[in-house]
Amino acid sequence: MKKGILAKKVGMTQVFDEMGRAIPVTIMEAGPCTVISKRLPEKDGYRALQVGFKPVKENRLNSPQRGHFKNAGVDPLKYVRELRLDDGAADYEVGQEIKADIFAPGEYVDVTGISKGKGFAGSIKRHGHSRGAMTHGSRYHRGPGSLGGVDAARVFKGHALPGRMGGERVTVQKLKVIKADPEKNILLVKGAVPGPRGSLLIVKNSVKVS
Amino acid sequence: MDLIRNTEKEYLKDREQIPKFSPGDTVKVYFKVIEGTRERVQVFEGTVIKQNGRGLGESFTVRRVSYGVGVERSFPIHSPKIEKVEIVRRGRVRRAKLYYLRKLRGKAARIKELRY
Repeated sequence: MKKGILAKKVGMTQVFDEMGRAIPVTIMEAGPCTVISKRLPEKDGYRALQVGFKPVKENRLNSPQRGHFKNAGVDPLKYVRELRLDDGAADYEVGQEIKADIFAPGEYVDVTGISKGKGFAGSIKRHGHSRGAMTHGSRYHRGPGSLGGVDAARVFKGHALPGRMGGERVTVQKLKVIKADPEKNILLVKGAVPGPRGSLLIVKNSVKVS
Repeated sequence: MDLIRNTEKEYLKDREQIPKFSPGDTVKVYFKVIEGTRERVQVFEGTVIKQNGRGLGESFTVRRVSYGVGVERSFPIHSPKIEKVEIVRRGRVRRAKLYYLRKLRGKAARIKELRY
């Protein structure tokens, strides 16, 4: 069954497992999320849950948003996202809370977020090109290399060149859950997740492990 | 930041459990080693040459010269594998990181004992 929750990245640290090994972990503030509305196949053509995360003052919202929360009978929330959980969505009702205890230690999750923006990056950083010699008379240091043959008379689409890097939606798959605490709303996963500290994350159970 | 500290808290060892030592001190580290199914305690004795980090990631490095070869081992202070740390001798040093000991040998590598 698919399940998911919204979370905030808190930061990274390390913990020790029962063997005494240090494991790098990311701490996330996961939930509590409230179901605001449901997308139904009959009405919307697909099945999903609309969930909200992080309470917000009512005067921070505009009037359509206010009306949306009022109709649902839910307190205003800062982040609103849809989770496509297929059959898993059927178990939830509007107003129901989703907490970190949907995940148990040892399970695997996929974490989606917006990666850190790197600005206008060169092709070495952006595409992993190798650098030219910095010395020995070399006059070619960090450039993008050849742009192609002369008979094409153009540069082919998709050629690896400098440009904007980061700030895009990234999913890291198959991260092991180390700890889930529904009272403190804390979720610990092994490894790194996309984005800066404080950014919004979507945590779902892994598509690689059923 | 507070959330990180709070999460680390339950993995931390009690402060009283770890004696307060500093670079220059000679310590004995009782380290649990798992060999197959058996568990035994290994003792590593040497000079503390650095302390690093705060919180759960805090660690220290111990240097000793065994059979003429310098050996340095870093231990995470909060690791459950460390059974205990014993202070053998307090040393008087004027630096936080004693990397200069690596170049010194024999008599020159001695550290004066701290006297109150």
